[in-house]
Amino acid sequence: MAPKIKAAGALGAAVTLGVTLAGCGAAGGPQSSGGAITDDKITLGVITDLSGVYSELAGPNAVEAVEMAVEDFQDEHGDDAVTDNIEVISADHQNKPEIANTAAREMYDRDGADAIFDVPTSSAALAVATVAEQNQKLYFNNGAATTELTGEQCNAYTYHYAYDTYMLAHGTGKTVTEQGGDSWYIIYPDYAFGQDMTESFTTAIEGAGGSIVETDPTPFPNDNFSTFMTKAPNLSPKPQVMGTMQAGGDLVNVVKQYNEFGLRDKGVDLAVGLMFDTDIASIGVESLAGTLFTTAWFWNMDDQSREWADRFKERTGDRPTFDHAANYSAAMQYLEAVQRAATDNAADANAELEGHPFDDFFARNAEFRAEDHRLVHDSYLVKVKEPGQVQEDFDFTEMVETIPAAEAFRPAEDSGCEMG
Amino acid sequence: MDGLLQQVFNGLVSGSFYALLALGLSVIFGMLGVVNFAHGAFYMLGAFGAFVLLDSFGLSWWLALLVVPVLLAVVGMVFERTLVHRLVGLDPLYNFLLTFGVALILQDVVRMRYGVTSQPYTRPELLSGSVNLGLFTYPTYQVFVLIFSIVASVLVWLVLSRTRIGMIVRASTERAELSQALGIDVRRWVTPVFGFGIGLAALAGVLAAPMRAVNSTMGGDLIIVIFAVVVIGGLGSVFGSVAAGYLVGMLSAVGNFYTPALSQSLVFILMALVLLLRPAGLFGREEGVHA
Repeated sequence: MAPKIKAAGALGAAVTLGVTLAGCGAAGGPQSSGGAITDDKITLGVITDLSGVYSELAGPNAVEAVEMAVEDFQDEHGDDAVTDNIEVISADHQNKPEIANTAAREMYDRDGADAIFDVPTSSAALAVATVAEQNQKLYFNNGAATTELTGEQCNAYTYHYAYDTYMLAHGTGKTVTEQGGDSWYIIYPDYAFGQDMTESFTTAIEGAGGSIVETDPTPFPNDNFSTFMTKAPNLSPKPQVMGTMQAGGDLVNVVKQYNEFGLRDKGVDLAVGLMFDTDIASIGVESLAGTLFTTAWFWNMDDQSREWADRFKERTGDRPTFDHAANYSAAMQYLEAVQRAATDNAADANAELEGHPFDDFFARNAEFRAEDHRLVHDSYLVKVKEPGQVQEDFDFTEMVETIPAAEAFRPAEDSGCEMG
Repeated sequence: MDGLLQQVFNGLVSGSFYALLALGLSVIFGMLGVVNFAHGAFYMLGAFGAFVLLDSFGLSWWLALLVVPVLLAVVGMVFERTLVHRLVGLDPLYNFLLTFGVALILQDVVRMRYGVTSQPYTRPELLSGSVNLGLFTYPTYQVFVLIFSIVASVLVWLVLSRTRIGMIVRASTERAELSQALGIDVRRWVTPVFGFGIGLAALAGVLAAPMRAVNSTMGGDLIIVIFAVVVIGGLGSVFGSVAAGYLVGMLSAVGNFYTPALSQSLVFILMALVLLLRPAGLFGREEGVHA
C-alpha cells in the first residue's frame, strides 16, 4: 500500500507543522512630529486581540469603549472641542509581538495615530512600547500585566493604565497571607506572564511574613492538572493555599480539577492570580464561591460604575470587563489632556498628563505618576458571590476591601524606571 | 512511593482520553490510509454536544454519553461519503489538507457561535465525590473515566479480533487488494469504520466535558499529542495506539511531577526515540509500513 508510506510521511510533517506553527512579519518606517492638531484630526488606535483568547475580555468591545469615549467627549465639549474630527481605528495583533509591532508602526506612520490603546499580552505590549518611543507618540496600555512597562523598559511615551502583576500580587497574595493562609504552593503557566506573576506573588507573600512551599511551572496550554492537584496536599509542609496563575481555558481546567480532587476539604484553599468575569461565567459561580482575587474595577461596584456599565450594555449587549472600562477612561483622559493643551503634540499632551490627578468611574484617586508613567488608582480585593446572591449574568463579584491608590501599586522608587 | 503510584494513576486517567482518540485515529488510518486532522475537532464537538444537550434541552450527561457519539458518527459517515472519499485515491496530502481545513472551519464555527471563553459544565451528581482506592482517595468521576475507557478499548479489540466483521475490517486494513480479490467488498466497510472512529472521538469529548474546559480550541490543543501517540504505538495498530495512549499519559503525569518544565517535551522525545529505534512504532509491524 504505497499511499500508507506517504501518509506516514505526511503524519510526521503534520506533527512538526503543528508544533512549530508560528507567525512572522516585520516592517520599518520613518519618524514623525506633531503640530497644533496635525491634519486637523485626532486619531486613536486600538491594538487588541480581535479574535483569539482575549477577544472577549478585551477585543472588539475595547474598540467600542474607545468609540464611546470619543462620542462622550464630543457631546461634552460640543463646538469648544479642540477638533470635531476624531477617528478610531483598530488592528488585530493576534497576541503576537511581531504583529503588534507592525500594526503600531502602521498606525503611527501611515494612519497618523496620535495614541494607541489596549494591547493585551505582555510581550506584544512591550513591543508596542518600543515603537511608541521611536515614533514619539503616546501609548496607553490597558490589557497587559507586566510591570516591565513601568520598570526597566519604561519610556516617556508609554503609560500603564489599568493593572499590573504587582497590583494583583499585592492585593491577593498579601491579604490572603495576612488572613492566615501563610504557606503557598504556586502553579504557573511557563511563559512571561506566569513567571512575572509568580515573582510578584512570591515577593508579596514573603513581604507579608508568609512562605512559599514550592512553585511549579505547568505546560501551556494544558488540560490536565491532576499531577499538581495530587501533589499539593502531600507537600511538606502542607501548603494552606494553592495559588494559580493560569488564565483563560487553563484556569477553567485548574478550578474544575481543584474541585474534583476536593482540595478545599483537604485543607488547601485556592487563590487565583488574575480573573475576569468571563472566566467566572465559564467555571460557574458555584465552583468558585468565596474565592478571593484582586481587580482594577468591576461593573457593579457602585452607582457610578453601574450607570456606565448600563450604557455599555445598551451599545454592545455585554457587561464590561475592567479592560473595557479602562479603555474608555484612558481615551477620555487623553482627549481631555489634548483639549487642555490645545494640541495633539505628544510632548505637550505629556506635560498635561504627568502628575495630573483625577477621579472617574473607573479610576478613583488616580494620578499619572510622572516618575514611571504608572497610573496609580484604587484597586479592589473582591470575592466571588454565593450562587444565591447572583442577581443577573455577570453579577459575580462582591467587594471585600478597597486598596488605596497609594498602596496598590509598586512604589516609583522600586520600579527601576529611568526615563530617557 | 505513594506519590509515584498516584502519578501513575493520574497518567492512566489522562491516558484514557489519549487512548480513545488514538484508537479512532488508528482504525481510520488503517482502513483508509487517511490521517484525520479533524479528529480533535470532533472531540471538541463531542464536548459541545454534551453542553448543548444539557443547556438547550435539559438532557443529562448520561444521555449525552449515548446520543452524542451516535449523532457524530453519522456526521462522520456523511463527511466520509461526501468529501474524504473523493480524495482517497490521490496523494494522502490531499486528505491531510482537507481534514486540516475542516478542523479549522469547525473550530471557527463553534467560536462564532459560543465565543472564545469556555462553557460551564458540571459533573453528573452520581459521580461526584471521591472513592477510597486504598493508598489514596481519588475523584469518582475520574475513576469512572478510566474504567469506561478500558472497557471501551477492550470491546473494540474483541470486536476486531473475535468477530467476522472485525476479521473483514482487519483483512481490509492489512491487505486491501487481496481481500477484494477474495470477494470481500472492502469499500462497504470504509464508511462505517470512519463513522466509528469519529464516534470514539465524540465519546472522549463527552467524557471530557465535566472535567475539562469546554471551548473551541480544546481539540486543537490535544491533537498534536494524539498524533505522537499514534506514531509511538505504531501506525494502524489498534492495540499499539491504546497502549501508547496510556503510556504517554503516565509519562506526562510522572514528568509533571519530577520535571514540570520538561514534561511537555517528553512525549516528543519519546516519539523521536521510537522513530529512530523502531520506525514502525512500539507495536506496529514492519510490514505495515514497508508494504
